[in-house]
Amino acid sequence: MLSKLKNGLRKNNKGLISQITGLFSGGSIDENFWEHMEEILIRADIGIHATSKIVEELQKRAKDLNIKDVEELKGLFKNEMIKIITVENGALIEDDSLNVVIMVGVNGVGKTTTIAKMAYKFIESGKKTLLVAADTFRAAAIEQLQEWGKRLDVEVVKHQRGGDPAAVVFDAIGAAHARGTDIVLVDTAGRLHTNVDLMEELKKIKRVALRETTEGAVKTVLVMDATTGQNGIFQAKLFNDALGLDAIILTKLDGTAKGGIVVAIEDELKIPIWFIGIGEHPNDLQVFKPKEFVEAILE
Amino acid sequence: MFENLSVKLQNIFSKLKAHGCLNEKQVEEALREVRLALLEADVNYKVVKDLILKIKDRAVGVEVTKSLTPAQQVIKIVNEELVSLMGDICSKITFASKSPTIFMLVGLQGSGKTTSTAKLAHYLSNMGKNPLLVAADIYRPAAIDQLESLSKELGVSFYSDRKSNRCDEISKAGIKQATSEGNDVVIVDTAGRLHIDDEMMDEIKKVKKAISPHQTFLVVDAMTGQDAVNIAVAFRDKLDFDGLILTKLDGDARGGAALSIKAVTGKPIKFVSLGEKIDSLQVFYPDRMANRILGMGDVLTLIEKAEKAINIEEAAALEEKIRKQEFTLGDFLAQMQQIKKMGSIDQVLGMLPKFPGMPKNALAGVDEKHMKRIEAIIKSMTLEERNNPKIINGSRRLRISKGSGTTSGDVNKLLKQFTETKKLMKKFSNFSSRAKMGKKVSPFF
Repeated sequence: MLSKLKNGLRKNNKGLISQITGLFSGGSIDENFWEHMEEILIRADIGIHATSKIVEELQKRAKDLNIKDVEELKGLFKNEMIKIITVENGALIEDDSLNVVIMVGVNGVGKTTTIAKMAYKFIESGKKTLLVAADTFRAAAIEQLQEWGKRLDVEVVKHQRGGDPAAVVFDAIGAAHARGTDIVLVDTAGRLHTNVDLMEELKKIKRVALRETTEGAVKTVLVMDATTGQNGIFQAKLFNDALGLDAIILTKLDGTAKGGIVVAIEDELKIPIWFIGIGEHPNDLQVFKPKEFVEAILE
Repeated sequence: MFENLSVKLQNIFSKLKAHGCLNEKQVEEALREVRLALLEADVNYKVVKDLILKIKDRAVGVEVTKSLTPAQQVIKIVNEELVSLMGDICSKITFASKSPTIFMLVGLQGSGKTTSTAKLAHYLSNMGKNPLLVAADIYRPAAIDQLESLSKELGVSFYSDRKSNRCDEISKAGIKQATSEGNDVVIVDTAGRLHIDDEMMDEIKKVKKAISPHQTFLVVDAMTGQDAVNIAVAFRDKLDFDGLILTKLDGDARGGAALSIKAVTGKPIKFVSLGEKIDSLQVFYPDRMANRILGMGDVLTLIEKAEKAINIEEAAALEEKIRKQEFTLGDFLAQMQQIKKMGSIDQVLGMLPKFPGMPKNALAGVDEKHMKRIEAIIKSMTLEERNNPKIINGSRRLRISKGSGTTSGDVNKLLKQFTETKKLMKKFSNFSSRAKMGKKVSPFF
């Protein structure tokens, strides 16, 4: 698992890795060194706030511990990063009971594709899974999920386009209870976090899901594109304020984007990251492990 | 959009304005904050670095001229540099001399190509064109269905070949159909692809070679971070494109990607997409956008919209009324209906300048629902009451509130607001006639 993640990230984050090894490959700790570090972190979308925090913390430690050698600083840097992105969390999927996972996010982050990959994983591990087409807004969104249902041989609950998404969820949970389903994956329409009406629609979906299930069965998951810049912080904040997020899934890490926005988000919000997507294949959706994530970046 | 950045920059500038003259340290301090604001807005690291250097070069040693204080001059320099970063001129969309004109949309997964294809088709239809949409995304499940369904909604022609797995052939066949059926524009929607996926980049190169589009647009998500430049450079070098369509700008994205891509690739931003609705694609005006970032508001766009929505003669008559203090509730109602024609309240307000020091929520009370309530109240009044609200007594008030489904308190509030507005308008019209603000379309602005 670790080596696969490393390979994925090595392939994807070539730029950042070579930059960071370059940074720690020798030389003295001077003004240029810190500026270089700041540049690398900002270019990875970690953001000016979290970047300043990391750099200042390291500067303080370097001074306190009287570190002169950049090699020594590497370990501290790693620990600092791990500290920020490590969030204690409970199990997101509970065994032997119904789990409803509502997938939310802005337009085009890959919600539907991620649901297909998750469904593949859950089915493989023997869970009875059901897909819910609650994106009743976008043209052909229902057809897209249905196509995945066909490919994965899993049932899709749907209504007509333009229907009430909460009603679809209501029906789906009813069906899940009747059939002894383990996991219900709800695909919702992409929406900008600033659109108040559409956020209300999501709240309604969640209310219905909570009403139809038992305590703790409903998880709300934000899907975020790794190419997202600092706007990701606002996305996470507003979706969290509206719905209370249980986890984040970071997609499209197979491009050249570094996904550093995760560091900025974790620094402020401490929402656990569940999966990261590092390729097209369902197996490329991997459980996020902070230590491995940072190590894979650094080694 | 861009609001966060513009608020930040204005705070910096208002601090700067507080100083009569500037020393190097103050300029330095202000530029440091400008740098942070730009980085937070996802402007590319290198672009920021170059920009700050340029501004510093020009700003150091500015002298007080007759018209501008040093602070104003620094602001002017920042503004000029931002505008030149985004491109000085608005690059209009052009058509081929021999029909059909072919547009191709490319970009990463999820950037909004299919939606932009439909929005562009709507935009071109409004120009009197007759577009045909080609679904050349053969990979994403139901992508073809999506475009087909959008083209039906728009009532424009559509071509696809569900049996083919060659998008170059599909595109060619689509153009052939357009030629024989008299469509003067073809828009080719392609599959999303990663700029580092060589196989997929080769495929799109083949499509481009097969159909030689007159314009290729790279579709970019406005929320993209530092990677935006890498993506755009890769697409330019491997495929080349003519301009950008920037999507999802209706959120709170600060749009640093927009600034950076133009600066690094030299490719202009042609369109911006601002909403869920099919008519939310707009031509991009760099100077207006820079003014907007700097908090001067997109007054030009607003005026243009107003000109479309407002009858000039009616407006002139209204202005006369205001000056003579004859503005009535009936006129107020007519005004509101005109504003509604210009778009949603949020859109209109978003274009107005934000004044430094103006409370963040100053405009929060003005929402659609509120306007509807006001409309209902005024509509429940008799003509006499609209012309002379002073006659509204207790029983009239009760009747009006019942008729409009509101309370007497609401009616009272409106009447009070109206009196206040009238006072304000008096001040404003005095001021504007003194200041000779040039052509005025409506007293509202």
